[in-house]
Amino acid sequence: MAERTQKQKPTPARTEETVDEAPVVAATGDKLKAELDDLLDEIDEVLETNAEDFVKSYVQKGGQ
Amino acid sequence: MAIPKVCGIETEYGILVRGPVSDTAANPVTASSLLINAYLAANSRRVGWDFEDEHPGSDARGFRIDDLLMPEIETSLVNAVLTNGARYYVDHAHPEISTPECLTAREALVFDRAAEEIVWASMRAAQALLPSGAEVLCHKNNSDGKGNSYGCHENYLVAREVPFARIVQQITPHFVTRQVVVGAGKVGCELPGTSAGEVPFQLSQRADFFEEEVGLETTLKRPIVNTRDEPHCDPTKYRRLHVIVGDANMSETATLVKLGAACIVLAMIEDDVLGDDLTIANPVNAIRQVSHDPSLQRTILLRNGRRITALQVQFELLERARKYERSHGLEAVGEDVGTEVLGLWEGILSGLERDPDSVAHQVDWVAKRRIVNAYAERHGARPGDARLKALDLQYHDLRADKCLARKVGLDVLTDPADVHRAMTEPPTTTRAYFRGRCLAKWPDQIAAANWDSIVFDIGRDPLRRVPMMEPLRGTAEYVARLIDESETPAELLAKLGS
Repeated sequence: MAERTQKQKPTPARTEETVDEAPVVAATGDKLKAELDDLLDEIDEVLETNAEDFVKSYVQKGGQ
Repeated sequence: MAIPKVCGIETEYGILVRGPVSDTAANPVTASSLLINAYLAANSRRVGWDFEDEHPGSDARGFRIDDLLMPEIETSLVNAVLTNGARYYVDHAHPEISTPECLTAREALVFDRAAEEIVWASMRAAQALLPSGAEVLCHKNNSDGKGNSYGCHENYLVAREVPFARIVQQITPHFVTRQVVVGAGKVGCELPGTSAGEVPFQLSQRADFFEEEVGLETTLKRPIVNTRDEPHCDPTKYRRLHVIVGDANMSETATLVKLGAACIVLAMIEDDVLGDDLTIANPVNAIRQVSHDPSLQRTILLRNGRRITALQVQFELLERARKYERSHGLEAVGEDVGTEVLGLWEGILSGLERDPDSVAHQVDWVAKRRIVNAYAERHGARPGDARLKALDLQYHDLRADKCLARKVGLDVLTDPADVHRAMTEPPTTTRAYFRGRCLAKWPDQIAAANWDSIVFDIGRDPLRRVPMMEPLRGTAEYVARLIDESETPAELLAKLGS
């Protein structure tokens, strides 16, 4: 039961689709914009406070 | 018929120590060692890597330049084998994890995700060893934005009989153009003489660093097709195609499609159904041009005189893959996985053609560009503003609470329980099973291990090396019972008849 099979159904074979008015598509431009605004609020919270110093200090040795 | 596309992925992570630490502790080599040692101390008994069969200087074109190159792997640094069959080590001043050999792209995705979790666990373990206020940060990215790049390499099993020249010729169009699907995105440009104004955002982390079409190098003058001929298995039957021209992906969809599509294209090359007509006139110029063009509109000149966009090249490859699916089947890459990959690949290409933002939940560069642009608009940041580069870097931050990639709504294709298990347990479908199980069961009696052998120290007689030259032997099906029923490695060796 704890074992979950890896198999992920690839593009499930379409059975009869009884979608009424395609409510999923209701993601309007406004909704997307609100989501993006929320995301930006969150990013503002977690983004490095001193971006300039952080970016300057981010120096890596070349690798492969 | 194409042979099974056993595959794996190796990632060098960016590393940075900050806070009140000495210069020595802040040194990336020291920090990488600390990171890995902290993880090993907390999680396992150490077994070292065995360098007996390492020949990174062998060239697929038929010569060796060992005498001319420094060994790429510094043997004195931390280098361990994990019970999941992976290798965790310090390479070129970066912590690196090579996943175990996997039978399918989907398995490799799970182990690549497990590698991220191992690094994150390592960061927390290392934190405890550092003075308060200091921390180790690791990033799953490929460049520091200052001209220093580090790799995310893929490995694929290919039949030795396939002429290497055919592989080079036919895989190159895919490697040049796949960045539209699997590019991780980058703020700015690291080509000398190119300003942030000219290339404010590009598709790939790595494209700026490729200077040759084909060659053995990996650290400078990097080639689109790497010729390292070090199969780590029976060299008379197999080749390991070592791919250095990819980005480390945060999107699971991107990792899956990157590995899966390459497996399918290689299977087509092996069965010689791909053809040469997509050959690009100047691949090195093209790879940069494609990366520098998020509009996806610019065309590439093919050797036959045609001009098409990178997206069109990808559509043509996909169409051929669909045809191949019908004519040959996808057994070589796993039928279900192959079908899933083709579906995702097609969906992404169609989405990119229609409206790139429609695949922001699947494609790293699109997801990153979306937040970079929105942030720039909100804060009035112009190209070259450090905040935009900070966003880029933090997209790849492996601290779960700071990682921006985890916040942008990328699809999750893995089960967290599978990922967690893959941190310690090997795949059951390749020889990595034998390596991982033996390590877990008899850590004190294994002197060393590497990809194609394990050296047992059974306390008497000389050390006993068990070769594993067949990637698909040593699977659970072959050896699970033998291991289960053996109390000691001596018993196991007797049962193996070695």
